[in-house]
Amino acid sequence: MSQVQLAGTGMTTFGSHPDRTGRDMFADAGLAALEDAGVPAADVDELFYGNFVGTLSEGQGHQGPLMAEAFGTTAPSRRIESACASSGLAVHDAVRAIRSGESDVVVAGGMERMTNMGTAGATKGLASAADDLYEVRAGVTFPGAYALMARAYFDEYGGTHEDLAHIAVKNHDNALANDHAHLRQEITVADALEAPEIASPFTLYDACPISDGAAAIVLASPEYAAEHDLEADVAITGAGHGGDTMALHDRQSLSKTPATRDAAVDAYDDADVDPSDISVAEVHDCFTIAEVLALEALGLYSHGEAIGAARRGETCRDGELPVNLSGGLKAKGHPVGATGAAQVAAVATLLDGTHPRADAVDDATVGVAQNAGGTVASATVHVLEVME
Amino acid sequence: MTDVTNGEYDAFLEALAAGEGYYRNCENGHGLLPPRRVCPHCGDRNLTERDLPSAGDIVTHTTVSVPTPQFEDEAPYVTAVVDFDGVRLTGIVRGIDPEAVEIGDRVTATVESTETDGKRTIVFRPAE
Repeated sequence: MSQVQLAGTGMTTFGSHPDRTGRDMFADAGLAALEDAGVPAADVDELFYGNFVGTLSEGQGHQGPLMAEAFGTTAPSRRIESACASSGLAVHDAVRAIRSGESDVVVAGGMERMTNMGTAGATKGLASAADDLYEVRAGVTFPGAYALMARAYFDEYGGTHEDLAHIAVKNHDNALANDHAHLRQEITVADALEAPEIASPFTLYDACPISDGAAAIVLASPEYAAEHDLEADVAITGAGHGGDTMALHDRQSLSKTPATRDAAVDAYDDADVDPSDISVAEVHDCFTIAEVLALEALGLYSHGEAIGAARRGETCRDGELPVNLSGGLKAKGHPVGATGAAQVAAVATLLDGTHPRADAVDDATVGVAQNAGGTVASATVHVLEVME
Repeated sequence: MTDVTNGEYDAFLEALAAGEGYYRNCENGHGLLPPRRVCPHCGDRNLTERDLPSAGDIVTHTTVSVPTPQFEDEAPYVTAVVDFDGVRLTGIVRGIDPEAVEIGDRVTATVESTETDGKRTIVFRPAE
């Protein structure tokens, strides 16, 4: 399918901003993205905006128009809620809007304000991404759900908590250079193993932090980009969206994520690339095991092989396939509704050389971003390429 | 709100509490929990009701130390997914030391109250 030019990116620093309103954070991201793109707000045809728990954290429904206003337009907008995949879906739908010919310029992004809810409130909000009747009422938390998958993975393929700790260490290390990251703190494997347990086998360092923040990207049709002489070196060339059952117990396997696999198959086919063409990836590591599940579902590793990838150094900065150079959700932070768009922004800037970790992949021409909702009942995959 | 129920989910809990747990099975052998009108895996609408086997095996488990507010007084507690010969349930494991819970442990399913707010939850206990 046709390419969609990625004209600009913008994001707030991810972190603890309990006193900042959602609209103010999204204004930061949206205005920065428009400025980066060199596109006036008046040219934006639509806003696709991802947000998960805004009705709980700010008591605010109907956030689309509010967020469009925040960056200077009353263009039509919609809020997309697919838990942690909300803004991956916003990007996906924005790509479709441009490809359909209905829009020439769209803003896709997302925002989450969570730290104002406190840890207990945020834990409750996040748990609502699982099946309320059959999972949440049976004690499943969000870390708990991924812990259930981790234990099942270990049982099927082997692997240890120490393997997972290497993923946390890698992603924390990557975030050290990222001034938009929530956690810029070097950790060791021993730190990760000795941290307080949250849901066995996970300790605190297996989990992403509870973050506030916003991210936005500006997408344009090739015709608009040419006509307005936009500097858009990177394009989204493939997009995929996969689904699965909500509850883990309804799945055939607890150690595989077919929603990501299905999204990847579609995105690769769309872009006409193979997994072997990909040289940089941002994947949805809300918990360390999620990076493993994503790499296998993306076809970048065989089942049972990605668990040791960080320990062997293959997914580290100087490895064959650097993964989560931004720091990932793990260390960059996870303002849920902003995450998918922030991942696409990270891959775009890694490819165009403007990301602080771009040196690690200076020859890269193809990258992939994978965003997941809940325990991967929703997943999006986007392929980004450097244009000639 | 207090008198409002969640339809067949509550009916299922009542049946499970009375030792009469059930599930739905599609023609392709997918086991499903109520309410279900159609199998999400194959689209089959010809679902038949079956008795939930009296015991099942733990397929995965976790000890939750950071709970949601409704399980505040229960933590740390074990949540597990249990396979009852084709249909799976998620619940709280009681009656086994959390450190001793293992994949493959044989358990029965029942309904008990949560420690925090006394709400009903699915509970697994060691099979006789």
